[in-house]
Amino acid sequence: MDDLLDQRDLVLQAFWLTIQLAVLSGVCSLAFGTVLAAMRVGPISVLRGAATTYVTLVRNTPLLLMFVFVFVAAPNIGWFVGTPFLLKGVIAVSVYTSAFICEAVRSGVNAVPLGQAEAARAIGLTFGQTMTSIVLPQAFRAVVPPVASVLIAMTKNTSIAAVFGLMELTGRMRYFTNNSADDTAIFLTFAVLYIVLVELISAGAIGLERRWRAAR
Amino acid sequence: MLTSVLGMTASSTSAPRTGEGAAVDLAGVNKWFGDLHVLKDIDLSVERGEVVVVIGPSGSGKSTLCRAINRLETIDGGSITLAGEPLPEEGKALARMRSDVGMVFQSFNLFAHKTVLENVTLGPIKVRGAKRAEAEEKARRLLDRVGVGHQAEKYPAQLSGGQQQRVAIARALAMDPQLMLFDEPTSALDPEMIKEVLDVMVDLARGGMTMIVVTHEMGFARTAADRVVFMSDGAIVEENTPDEFFTNPRSERARDFLAKILKH
Repeated sequence: MDDLLDQRDLVLQAFWLTIQLAVLSGVCSLAFGTVLAAMRVGPISVLRGAATTYVTLVRNTPLLLMFVFVFVAAPNIGWFVGTPFLLKGVIAVSVYTSAFICEAVRSGVNAVPLGQAEAARAIGLTFGQTMTSIVLPQAFRAVVPPVASVLIAMTKNTSIAAVFGLMELTGRMRYFTNNSADDTAIFLTFAVLYIVLVELISAGAIGLERRWRAAR
Repeated sequence: MLTSVLGMTASSTSAPRTGEGAAVDLAGVNKWFGDLHVLKDIDLSVERGEVVVVIGPSGSGKSTLCRAINRLETIDGGSITLAGEPLPEEGKALARMRSDVGMVFQSFNLFAHKTVLENVTLGPIKVRGAKRAEAEEKARRLLDRVGVGHQAEKYPAQLSGGQQQRVAIARALAMDPQLMLFDEPTSALDPEMIKEVLDVMVDLARGGMTMIVVTHEMGFARTAADRVVFMSDGAIVEENTPDEFFTNPRSERARDFLAKILKH
């Protein structure tokens, strides 16, 4: 425990790195996952097929494998050479998570009554306008709980970055446990930090649900 | 030409129509749902300013016909032209064409996450590029006209069915349509709310709007229709003036249908 207090800068740096990984990956996954969902429900069959293939490939692959690809395999073929580790971590986590976001958002799109899109098309909105103005805003309202679950899983998944040299929470935890006999306190400390981060996501989800329930 | 009409975004709904040809012209239209032949060689021409009421038993293809006219349903054969222009394929041209055709649905389909006012201004702003202030002023005028002006800030779920349907009519009118399609607009309404919606529709009809109305409201057909089209099993069986149709139906199917709905 003394170690932790003496070197709390290292703990806070690790916490900050995990926050960066989670926030950047979260934003990228939400954006890309939503685009994928729009492609999957869209009228253009090439895009539909591409998005479906992406989801099948990525969702059926372990996240660890994605990290191995981005950090080890890709540089061997000249990709991501010299890319900062943080960014590589964000890419691996985002590529993986956006497949799950896509499916969550798509379930929301399916929950929006067909008549909403028909009414939008009937007043002359294009497919893109119908999606962005009518369907997706209502879909998002329906998918707050499952998307929050995906983002929570994603936040914890960022711990895999520890294996690839990023000193985020899990990496830093290993550093401390290697140098100390007082494992339990260290585990608990880092667990609490993860819980704080995840609880923030839960609280945000609850807030969004409350706000959107009022406005309809 | 529809394209010339398209430029006239400021045209009043009751202004005389420009362009050539009938407002709507269907020729030899056929459609199947799998093995089910839902539209059989439909020929129908609707003149500008004409109010055509389509009636018939459920499953006779009335709604499909109505939805085919703005291509919410595709057809498998024949042709549909609006003001002389054939219906475009899916895409920007179709969206532009739809913006000139108002559609009112059985289930209202107001945008659930937008206020009444936003429902009515969305089309003019997004499709016509109108300024928000102008769109809102016009929307309030239309909402007043259909009698729901004081509900402008509410969400659809806070309104009764009759109020929602009148908002839906205002939403369609906000686009200055050349033609209005009504797909069973009162079928989802409680009896006491039907009249308030029909009153608005009668008003529109008197104002010279071109209308195609699928309905079971025989009273509306008698009051407002120029022509009644009777459909059965996917085909047009009989067309006539409302007076002639209701007092002296020519076909056996129509006589049978009228006997069933008028007596009980």
